[in-house]
Amino acid sequence: MIDAVSATATSRNGHSTNPVGDGRLQRDERTVIQSLAGLPGRFARGLADQAMQRVPPADLDERDPDYIREALPGMWLLSSLWFRGEVRGLGNIPEEGPVLLVGNHSGGNLSPDTTVFTLAFSAYFGVERRFYQLAHNLVLSMPGLGFLRRFGTVAASPANAEKALRSGAAVLVYPGGDHEVHRPSWQGGRVDFAGRKGFLRLALEHDVPIVPVVSIGGQETALFLSRGESLSKLLGLDRMLRLKVLPISLALPWGVNVGDFLGHLPLPAKITIEALPPIRLRDEFGPEPDVDEAYDHVIRMMQETLDALAAERRLPVIG
Amino acid sequence: MRVCATIEVGAPPAAVWELITDPSRYLHFMAGVTRWEVADDSAPGLGARYRMLMRVGSAEVGGLIEVVEFDEDCDLAWTSVTGIDQRGRWRLRALDSGRTHVELRLAYGVAGSGILGWLAEQVGAPTVRGHLRRSLQQLKRQVEHEQLRRQAAERRAQREVSAAGPSPAGGASDRS
Repeated sequence: MIDAVSATATSRNGHSTNPVGDGRLQRDERTVIQSLAGLPGRFARGLADQAMQRVPPADLDERDPDYIREALPGMWLLSSLWFRGEVRGLGNIPEEGPVLLVGNHSGGNLSPDTTVFTLAFSAYFGVERRFYQLAHNLVLSMPGLGFLRRFGTVAASPANAEKALRSGAAVLVYPGGDHEVHRPSWQGGRVDFAGRKGFLRLALEHDVPIVPVVSIGGQETALFLSRGESLSKLLGLDRMLRLKVLPISLALPWGVNVGDFLGHLPLPAKITIEALPPIRLRDEFGPEPDVDEAYDHVIRMMQETLDALAAERRLPVIG
Repeated sequence: MRVCATIEVGAPPAAVWELITDPSRYLHFMAGVTRWEVADDSAPGLGARYRMLMRVGSAEVGGLIEVVEFDEDCDLAWTSVTGIDQRGRWRLRALDSGRTHVELRLAYGVAGSGILGWLAEQVGAPTVRGHLRRSLQQLKRQVEHEQLRRQAAERRAQREVSAAGPSPAGGASDRS
């Protein structure tokens, strides 16, 4: 459900600061949108408007602990009965203080990882502990998904991440974002951040520990066929909506599902999540850590864990 | 939702009480409990606070609890401060021949969670009930085992004393 992007992706700063001149950008978009005929065109135009006009401000106060607490039983039912969720290693997360939780992202726009993890985190530490998730602007702009803000979901941007960490919160980021969440199902056992290292700069800047959170099973909730990067580029969605992908999958109830904008009915794949011991970058890599080295280290740790989790699975979906 | 389990233990209430008032031993006999730690430095008794978690389904649920009733060798009750709403109670009642009837009650839920909350309570009940039942079985084993060892130690001490006999002063201590 939550489709977060690299928190400090400076090359993708959002629409208002797009390096291309605003006037030229709007003309390009208009041309692209007008070239789309019929319903898909209207839908794309609607989404573009939503994304452009309704990007919610990052008001950390929108997180509502009472609301989360009251929603936990419903999440517990979904997580326990449908996804048979299993979350390990929550004790590895520091008991207090700001922490950057870095996850691999799976399951399309209705990512079950986030639901299962948010439930486990909130039950384990209590809803009183501040916990924010960074999400793609578009997710928060979608009509009907405003409730996510009450769970602590904020639009992904360096400023918002900084604000959340400064408040002493645990912040969940998915650096792989839309690139990783729509990877083909046969790549389900691969951690793929697409080289996005913004989370490391964020952790260094605020001197917070990184806790890798590795999950498996999300890519089995549908048959993901392709990210559709070329299609997205062709339609101009990368510029309009910061969407570099237009995923194609076989999913319930649509059959062929292009875009996954309306989500899908996820198959009841078993979701297993493991939180790893915290990585304190300056303790492990010296006072001036090399970002590339740290990136490789984090990816290697997560990939090894994902391999181990994959080895435990006997059958797809069933787990 | 209120769940309850009972068992009869072949030891007096004081022996059971000793176990259930020692927070460091909860992880040894409470099934499904993943955490039971002292939340502040207070000694066991009225007002003592613990942080507890029990694995139910895909989450570890619980929170901060506070002891609200501490009636020695008889009743120990707690209520939640944070986390899910819960109220628990150990109820010990002495039976004939040094045995104890032990009852463990747990009422839990999330106020304001509506129909889904009610459903979650029902769905989770068999798991919680199973945890309580296994906890009592483990408690019985531990208490009775300790009782047996205590009795054996007493018998051994008596044998040693009688073996030493009415020897001159200092005989027994020489043997030890």
